Amino acid sequence: MADREIDELTGTPTTGHTWDGIKELDTPMPRWWLWTFYATILFALVYVILYPAIPLVSRATNGVLGWSSRDAVRTEIATAQAAQTAYRDQIANASMDQIIANPELLQFATRAGRSAFLVNCVQCHGSGAQGSVGYPNLQDDDWLWGGSPEQIRTTIAHGIRSEDPATHMSVMPAFGHDGILKQDQIVNVSAYVMTLSGLTPRFGVTSEGATVFADNCASCHGVDGGGKQDVGAPSLKDAIWLRSPDQNAIIAQINNPKMGVMPAWEPRLGPVAVKELAAYVYSLGGGTATAASQ
Amino acid sequence: MSVQESVDRLNAEAVNSAGRRGPLFAARTKIHPKRAEGAFRRLKWIIMAVTLGIYYLTPWLRFDRGPHAPDQAVLVDLASRRFYFFFIEIWPQEFFYVAGLLIMAGLGLFLVTSVAGRVWCGYTCPQTVWVDLFLVVERFFEGDRNKRIALDKAPLSLDKFTKRSAKYAVWLLIAVATGGAWIFYFADAPTLAREVFTLQAAPVAYITVAILTATTFILGGFMREQVCTYMCPWPRIQSAMLDEQSLTVTYNDWRGEPRSRHQKRALAAGESVGDCVDCNACVAVCPQGIDIRDGQQMECITCALCIDACDSVMDKIGRDHGLISYATLADYNTNMAIARGNSGAIDPRNVRENGTGPLKAGLAHFNWRHLVRPRTLIYLVLWSAIGVAMAYSLATRQRLETSVLHDRNPLYVRLSDGGIRNAYTVKVSNMTNQPRTVSLSIDGLPGATIALPGRTVVGNTADIALPPDQVETLRLLVALPPEAAKGERLDFSIVASDATAGETSRSAAVFEMPKEDGR
Repeated sequence: MADREIDELTGTPTTGHTWDGIKELDTPMPRWWLWTFYATILFALVYVILYPAIPLVSRATNGVLGWSSRDAVRTEIATAQAAQTAYRDQIANASMDQIIANPELLQFATRAGRSAFLVNCVQCHGSGAQGSVGYPNLQDDDWLWGGSPEQIRTTIAHGIRSEDPATHMSVMPAFGHDGILKQDQIVNVSAYVMTLSGLTPRFGVTSEGATVFADNCASCHGVDGGGKQDVGAPSLKDAIWLRSPDQNAIIAQINNPKMGVMPAWEPRLGPVAVKELAAYVYSLGGGTATAASQ
Repeated sequence: MSVQESVDRLNAEAVNSAGRRGPLFAARTKIHPKRAEGAFRRLKWIIMAVTLGIYYLTPWLRFDRGPHAPDQAVLVDLASRRFYFFFIEIWPQEFFYVAGLLIMAGLGLFLVTSVAGRVWCGYTCPQTVWVDLFLVVERFFEGDRNKRIALDKAPLSLDKFTKRSAKYAVWLLIAVATGGAWIFYFADAPTLAREVFTLQAAPVAYITVAILTATTFILGGFMREQVCTYMCPWPRIQSAMLDEQSLTVTYNDWRGEPRSRHQKRALAAGESVGDCVDCNACVAVCPQGIDIRDGQQMECITCALCIDACDSVMDKIGRDHGLISYATLADYNTNMAIARGNSGAIDPRNVRENGTGPLKAGLAHFNWRHLVRPRTLIYLVLWSAIGVAMAYSLATRQRLETSVLHDRNPLYVRLSDGGIRNAYTVKVSNMTNQPRTVSLSIDGLPGATIALPGRTVVGNTADIALPPDQVETLRLLVALPPEAAKGERLDFSIVASDATAGETSRSAAVFEMPKEDGR
């Protein structure tokens, strides 16, 4: 480095490297560029001191400010929840009918209920609340345990055949499995049940089935097969089938019934979230205005 | 005959031969424009006052829109996504009006440029206007060109320090005012001003002011002509925008050459001389630091100050104005041909009687008819067509809008009586500044009944109260009884109508049903 070669033309020193006769000028960087470079280094140093930066084994250094992205999220959530408190307090003190009657409250409850639904309910009832075989469609106007806002709330809060003491509880006897009815009686009553909703049975004697129905089924499903929401007995004469309108499926159900189970949600989500869920389910369009008999 | 003799030597030279090589980087030579006086300078003062006035004052104009909307005449409300311009309010989905305005601005620029060159650059470009303003301040504190050059060379003294500080202080004031004015376009100006001065405004307001203050100060005070030459793409597009009939600031060689600093002596000696006395006045006033006599150049913003400078010199030596003038290339070429005659060199005797008398007849002069040519007409027609179309569209646009989204999951719901129900999310936009009530109904689906959860439906119609300037989201249920629910899908319309305002908005919708009746 003692004698730096000076390029004749530009007067700038060269780096001393030569490739095939090509030399590289050692042009100094512009001063402002250099200062910018130092400024970024300084910025980085300050940043490393103030904020979490250097990765260690299980976590990074904390930084003097003690800032963390988790805390930031926690604060944001707390702020959002604080903003929602006014609504949640109102919901906590209001009856379902009062919530439905208040457009502002209903809008909040419906949206909050939708997000709760998407987390807790879609696994069985589907993302559009459309249900599937064995899991009721919540969009339609057919309700097992009643479709008024308050009835929906009660069902969600305490569940169906759950461990909650106030749960909806009913059991359909296993007519075939337990030998209550003979096989031909079961076939006949399945034929009769199909005619209730205007379907044509493939086998069985409808008239005899009617007798079997009146003796064994009408107490829960109603004399006309219209169901009874007090005991969660489905209507057998409407166009909606929880499982299948196929005669074999009906026979299987009478033989050894499958009965739906839903957990009680109030212990898990709290009364406010349950009310919000009820408002959302009600808003889907199938709810009935009052707890009228159906 | 040797091989060497049979090979011709080609006339070629390396582009980087030793003689041509120079440093790759040339430092900027500072420009000290001299103050010019004349018609164009006066015009530029007026344009500067008008454009700066528009920029600084517009946010403070008030325009009453009633109690439900801001009363600022021009407001870009980013938070609520509205743009207000006097009686026009634009929603985000109407942003195409802004796109239309930009297209009009583009075509307008093409039109003006093809007629009179870089009028935008020379007169109205913010860079030009603010540099002009900064030069006023510079001249006030440091004097005109020569004094400024002397001051630049002088060592730092108390006097120099005072002058410089005062200049920078005023520049900074202007820069802050410029950055400050910008933010008032985005919020209620009086409120924001109060907040800014009491240090209660949002950080983004201060950051914006700081950035624009810095850019104004640096671009107007120091970068100046470098912005036009190195940063702005517009000068590069010029060459495509100009044609032979475009007016540009032109040094008329045909009457200026041969230039001479000693005209009288040369004339006495019997030499023929042109009008140019080579006084360099045109170079001294040029804010871009160029010599217009070298011909049209990329750096030239056609501010026309050299015309003013040259005209005052022509007055002094008793010659006609217009040695430097707005001229078209076609006229220039014609006159150059006349001036050159047969000899090839410019001879004043070809353009003046006896070489010193009045200009000869037959020289080309500007004719306004040259402005009307297919190119300018096409620009004008396109520009007006877009303007008229936008004006028509603005005058007849609906201020009630509906949009319909069919529920995707489930597509339809079977009801207990065997009927089918579809659900829709209907958004009704009230784009006026008044609350209004619209009736929502359906059309084209016989037998259907509608329901809106949480709302009353009377006679298959629901009255919806819409708050001013807002979108109301509704859930609409449409049900068909079993006997009507036949087929796969039916088309119908969802209609929102405001009888008072006479506005109706229809949205096409589809009623979906199961493929076959699978009961």
